[in-house]
Amino acid sequence: MDQDRGYCPSRRGVLAGGIAAAGVAHAPLTAQEAALPPTQPTTVPVTLKVNGRTNRLDLDTRTTLLDALREHWHLTGTKKGCDHGQCGACTVLVDGRRINSCLTLAVMHDGDAITTVEGLGTPDKLHPMQAAFVKHDGYQCGYCTPGQICSAVAVLGEIKAGIPSHVSAELDGDYQPSAAEIRERMSGNICRCGAYSNIVDAMLDVAGAKA
Amino acid sequence: MIPFTYTRATTPAEAARAAIATPGARFIAGGTNLLDLMKLQIETPRHLIDVNALKLDTIAPTADGGLRIGALVRNTDLAADKRVRRDYAVLSRALLAGASGQLRNKATTAGNLLQRTRCPYFYDTNMACNKRKPGSGCAAIGGFNRNLAVLGTSDQCIATHPSDMAVAMRALDAGVETVKADGTTRTIPIADFHRLPGTTPERDTNLEAGELITAVTLPRPLGGTHIYQKVRDRASYAFAVVSVAAVIQPDGRGKLAFGGLSHKPWRVEPAEALMPQGPHATAAAVLAGARTTPQNAFKLPLVERTLDLVMTQAKGAKA
Repeated sequence: MDQDRGYCPSRRGVLAGGIAAAGVAHAPLTAQEAALPPTQPTTVPVTLKVNGRTNRLDLDTRTTLLDALREHWHLTGTKKGCDHGQCGACTVLVDGRRINSCLTLAVMHDGDAITTVEGLGTPDKLHPMQAAFVKHDGYQCGYCTPGQICSAVAVLGEIKAGIPSHVSAELDGDYQPSAAEIRERMSGNICRCGAYSNIVDAMLDVAGAKA
Repeated sequence: MIPFTYTRATTPAEAARAAIATPGARFIAGGTNLLDLMKLQIETPRHLIDVNALKLDTIAPTADGGLRIGALVRNTDLAADKRVRRDYAVLSRALLAGASGQLRNKATTAGNLLQRTRCPYFYDTNMACNKRKPGSGCAAIGGFNRNLAVLGTSDQCIATHPSDMAVAMRALDAGVETVKADGTTRTIPIADFHRLPGTTPERDTNLEAGELITAVTLPRPLGGTHIYQKVRDRASYAFAVVSVAAVIQPDGRGKLAFGGLSHKPWRVEPAEALMPQGPHATAAAVLAGARTTPQNAFKLPLVERTLDLVMTQAKGAKA
């Protein structure tokens, strides 16, 4: 898929190159590791089923699932926030479970089915959670929104599946999608605009509609 | 990240052999901690051995009435397992108090034990850190150390172990099953699994080179009231400042392990005999030998107060 894009220097590409170069300068190696000969970049074939479409790409082993989706599949709905698993902007569903796509390698997901925000709904036919975010104004700048929506869809599934949370009063309970449960379960998705209360409203709306 | 080669292991013994045979090799399972550190070039493996296909992802009863938890069981699945929720609630509660939903879906049982400290100086490659770069010094001693260790520290390192799960496993007297490169297996009591920093803070555990964790075993259920009380700087998704894992029997006796205090889950078995005397006497025995800094001395009274809360909750649960 890369080939059809050709050479097109983008702001994103220039920034990424600058950051990568800056990262090398102060990289310390332990004496033992420094003594090892450097490993050459290694490319491996990776097959992913993304939003129902299967593609094979040849990727550097270092490519995270997030970078594979954005830079190789050109599905830029999934966002890179912190790139360290702290903000949740990169949340996608892998075989139905939400994960941070920045903290996993694409090669580790060979054969897996990935759902990104683009796979949940379309502009003409929004997923109920996408529609609820619009209805309740569950965002301001929108950068964290794809991760919030993927996480929100998975959270309601986890509650339905009977997975307890830190705020669940009983470990063997029948969990309800309350505001307290939603806040705790969504704590891995940060919104710097502070749209949290509207996100909770959107999720409660969807949960109620389903009930 | 520096470049690395990548293979998938098909058996535990093969994985352990490959780890010995390949210079600079590391196992990868969930990857949530390793990849974080690789991006910062704190970890710089030349080769990754993906162990996700080893089929170590089941939880099964043991012959003596306990549970064997496969090394690759994800934190979410372990916390939600009906047997763990019923018989080892302190473990479910500890897991649910840690990380985020996304991370718990990926992080594994073995990887959780092996996660590295979140000491800010370990993470900052411009700073001295004996754990990251042996012999470079410790910038945490005399630095910003509010959340660092008060027990079992050395002049070379005051890092804490960040796991909640491991604290509950310490209270439950878990065992860590491994396979070595030569194919031999052993069970390491959780008490002997993590190390104190001493003069070798770069070593977090007593695993040998190439040794792979295959399972964690839990002894038969203890009964009693199970509580995991975590005190942290925000209500969710933060590491412990202080945590207490407790299994308390109706007579007020029980087992106590503490997180956020040391390089390993902290437990002082003789202190547990003092539990009927209350939190003050018990905490004093747990905290004997503590070495604090002006910034983290607050952890000592916080341990007693958290223990007080736990003991009060246990009495309430019994009533």
